[in-house]
Amino acid sequence: MKKVKKLIKIDVDKCNGCRACEAICSAFHAEPKYSSSNPDRSRIRVVHDPLRDIFVPVYAGEYTDSECNGKNVYTVDGKTYDECDFCRASCPSRKLFRDPDSNLPLKCDMCEDEPPLKEPKCVEWCINDALIYEEVEEEVEEEEPTRPLEIEVGLEALVKQHGVKVVMDTLSRLGKS
Amino acid sequence: MRYAETGVNLEIDLSRGSIEREGTDPRLTALHLGGLGTNTKMLWDRVPSEVEPFSPENLLIFSAGLLAGTLAPGANRMIVSTFSPQTLLSAYSVMGGFWAPELKHAGYDKVVIRGKSPKLVYLWINNDKVEIRDASHLRGKGALETAEIIRREVKDKEAQVLAIGLAGENKVHYASIEHGRSSASRGGIGGIMGDKGIKAIAVRGTKDINVARPAEFNELCNDILKYIQFRNDNPIKNVPPILAGLGSPQEMKLHDEAWHTSSFAWGNARIRRSDYWTKEIEAKWKVVQDNKVERLISCYNCPMKCGAVVEHEKLGRYLMKCYSKLTYTMAADSDLAFGLNIAGLGQEYGVDGYTTPQVLAFGVELYEAGILTDQDLPGFPATTEERFFYLLEKIVRREGIGDVLANGVYWAARQIGRGAEAYDHNTIKKHEQIPIKLGIMNPIYYLMWATGEKINITQIEGQIPQAPFATKEDKEEFVRDWIQVPNDKFKDFVLNWEPRTLPHYPSIEATCEIVDWQEMMHYIDDSVGTCAGLSSFPIKPPYHIHNFPRIISAATGMDLDEEGLKKIARRNRNLLRCLNIRRGMKKADEKPPEDHWKRRFPELESKLLDEYYKFKGWNNEGVPTKETLHELGLDYVAEEFELKGILKEEERVPETQGVR
Repeated sequence: MKKVKKLIKIDVDKCNGCRACEAICSAFHAEPKYSSSNPDRSRIRVVHDPLRDIFVPVYAGEYTDSECNGKNVYTVDGKTYDECDFCRASCPSRKLFRDPDSNLPLKCDMCEDEPPLKEPKCVEWCINDALIYEEVEEEVEEEEPTRPLEIEVGLEALVKQHGVKVVMDTLSRLGKS
Repeated sequence: MRYAETGVNLEIDLSRGSIEREGTDPRLTALHLGGLGTNTKMLWDRVPSEVEPFSPENLLIFSAGLLAGTLAPGANRMIVSTFSPQTLLSAYSVMGGFWAPELKHAGYDKVVIRGKSPKLVYLWINNDKVEIRDASHLRGKGALETAEIIRREVKDKEAQVLAIGLAGENKVHYASIEHGRSSASRGGIGGIMGDKGIKAIAVRGTKDINVARPAEFNELCNDILKYIQFRNDNPIKNVPPILAGLGSPQEMKLHDEAWHTSSFAWGNARIRRSDYWTKEIEAKWKVVQDNKVERLISCYNCPMKCGAVVEHEKLGRYLMKCYSKLTYTMAADSDLAFGLNIAGLGQEYGVDGYTTPQVLAFGVELYEAGILTDQDLPGFPATTEERFFYLLEKIVRREGIGDVLANGVYWAARQIGRGAEAYDHNTIKKHEQIPIKLGIMNPIYYLMWATGEKINITQIEGQIPQAPFATKEDKEEFVRDWIQVPNDKFKDFVLNWEPRTLPHYPSIEATCEIVDWQEMMHYIDDSVGTCAGLSSFPIKPPYHIHNFPRIISAATGMDLDEEGLKKIARRNRNLLRCLNIRRGMKKADEKPPEDHWKRRFPELESKLLDEYYKFKGWNNEGVPTKETLHELGLDYVAEEFELKGILKEEERVPETQGVR
C-alpha cells in the first residue's frame, strides 16, 4: 500500500539563526492557539553556536527514556558537531523537546489542523527557505503494527516520574490538541 | 493577567547586594508603552538632575520593548537607558539579538541597576532564581569570550549573555555593551556598566509570553511577514542598492558600497571621495567579503540578515553588526580587509563602532599636526592602520594618551589643548556624529541633527528617499503604494521634489512635519522594541503608523488608535527632552557642526529651528510649554520646571482659560 510521508528538509547553510520557527511553533501549539510564545515549548529548535558557525534546525522526533551511547563527533566543513546536534529525540540527556513545566516530551506533529495547513508553520515562517516541506509517497508493506509493550514501558516510566494524575491530565491535553 | 509584558521588574542594588522583584503599574504602560518610554519616566522620577553619571545613584536600566518576544517579527529590542559620561545628558541605546526576549521569558520586563558593586560581578537570571556572582576571573576578558565562559559556568547553552569588554571596565566614554551580533553602543553606557562593577548579565527563561487577542495578533504578524517577503522580492526602484531593501541595512549581504563610500566622509570626517568606488575596488572588496563572511545571521524572529559570522585571524570568528563594516575602513582611509579586522577587536574590547574610528582618526590627525608628539605617543607606528591598532590598545586600557582619548573627541580636545579643539569638528552635544560632510544644508537633516534627543542621526533619520527621482513617472510609481505615510499630503514631498532645490525644499512647514513623522516612528519602535530596520529606518517598511495601533492593541489588550499612539509617542518624546533640559541642555547646544555643510544659511536655519520649536509646542528656548506638557499629562514636569525657573511664571496658562 502507499503512504504519504511528511518531511521537513533542512538546509543548515540557509539557516540565519533567527529562531522564528521556534516562536511560531510554540504559538501554534499554545492553548488557545497563538495565545503565547515560548521557544522552550517548541517542537523545533535551532541548535546554535554562532562563534562556531553552527546553526542546525532540528524538529522533535521520538521520545527515548534513556540516552544512547552515541557521543560521536562529526567534522563537517571544518566545523565540529556533536552527534546530539542532529538528533531529533526527546532524550533525558538534554532539555530540548521537553515541556519546561511538566518535563514531558514534545514531538512534532507537522501542525495537524482542521482544515489541514498547506505546510507546517515553521516552514511557512522560514522565508529564508532553510526549512522545506515535502510529502513523499512511499510503498509500505502493511500498516505497521502498534507495539503496546513499548508504550506501556514508556508510560510506566512517566507515571513513576510524575504520578498518574499528571500523566492522565497531559494525555487528555495532548488528545485535544 | 498582563499581556505582551510581564508586569515585573528586577531591582538590583549593587551597593547592598539586594535583589527585588517589583510589580509594575499597568497605567504606566498605558501612558508610555515600555522600553524607552517607561525607562525615561523612571529616570525622571528617580535620578535627580545633579546626579553624576559615574555615581551610585545613577540608574542603568535594561528594558525589553513592550512587544519583544511576542510573535511580532523583529520585535527583539532591548533599550538601555542611563546618563552618559560623555554628553552628561540622558543616553539610550537599542540592542537587538536574543537578550530581550529571553528576559521576558524569564519573567521580567526590566533589570534596573543602582549602586556600585565593590568588586566585579555578573548577574545570572535563571527564571525565578537571580544571583549576583563573582566575576573577578572575567576581568579583562573580551565581551564575546566572557559570554562563552559564563554559558559554560551556568551549564546552559541557551543562556543569553550581554557583557562589557576591557573598555567598559575602564570606563571609556564610548564603551559598548556587547551581545553576540548586537550591541548597545552609543553614549558610553558600557562605561556606566563598568563603573557599577558589573561585567555581564546572563539570562535564561522558559516562561510563556502571553498576548491578549491571539487570533487577531497572529493574523497581523502574518501580514507583517508577508510584507517583508514582498519587499524582499520587490526592492525599491531607482535608489542605491543599500537603500532599496529592508533591514538595518543588510550591509554584510551587499557588495555595492558606492553610496556609503561616496556619501560619507573619510578620515576624521574630512574628505568625500566621490570617485573612490570603482569596478576594481568592488571586485577586490567582494573577494575579501566573500572570504571572510561565513554566514549571514539575524536577530530573534526576524528574517532579515543584517549581521554576519566573520572569520578573524586572531579571534577565530566574531559577529559583525550592520555598519561597523565601513566605519573603521573609512576613518583610516584604508580598505575592507583592515575594517573587518579591527572591527572584530573593537567588539571584544567593547567599543562603539561609530565613535571609536573617529577618535582614532582624530588622534592620528593631532599627531600629523604636531599637536601630539612622539612624547605622547612613544613608538607610534608609521602607517595609519598600525596607528589605529596602537591607539585602540591604549584607549581601552586608558594608558598614556589613551586615558585622554578615552573621553571622546570633545573632552580630549579640551584636555590636550594646544589647538586640538579645532580638530573637534564633528561633535554635537559632545558626541561624535556620523562622518558626513556635505555641500549644501538640507533642512530636514538640519532639524534632526539639531534637535534629536538621541544625539545621533542614524537613529532618527528614516523612511524618506535620499534624493529626488529623475522623472515624473518614477515619482508617481514610488508614491503609488506608499502606504506608510501618515496621510497623502506627505506624498507631495516626493512628487514635487526637483533636483538642486536645497535648502529651500521642502518648505519649512513640510520639513517640520516630515521630521516629526520620522521621529515619531523611532519613539514607537524604541518603546515597543521593534527593530528600526523593519520600521522607522528603511523606505516602505512593514510597520507603520497605520498598523502599529492594531498590533500593539491585539498584543496588549490596550484600547489604542492612531491618535492615541501618536500622543504616547509625543509624551515620550517630550519627557525625554525635559530630562535633558533638566540637566542643562540649552538651545545653544542644538547646533550641527560648522562644517557639516559647505554652504550654510544662518537666517533660514534659525527660522527652521524656531518654527520647529513652535510646531512641537515648545517655547523659543526649546522647552515644552506648560500647555504642551499639560496636554500630554506631564503637569508634574511643568511644576518642577516652574520651580526651577526653567519655565517662567508668565508662560503659565491664564486662570481664565476656561471661559475661552
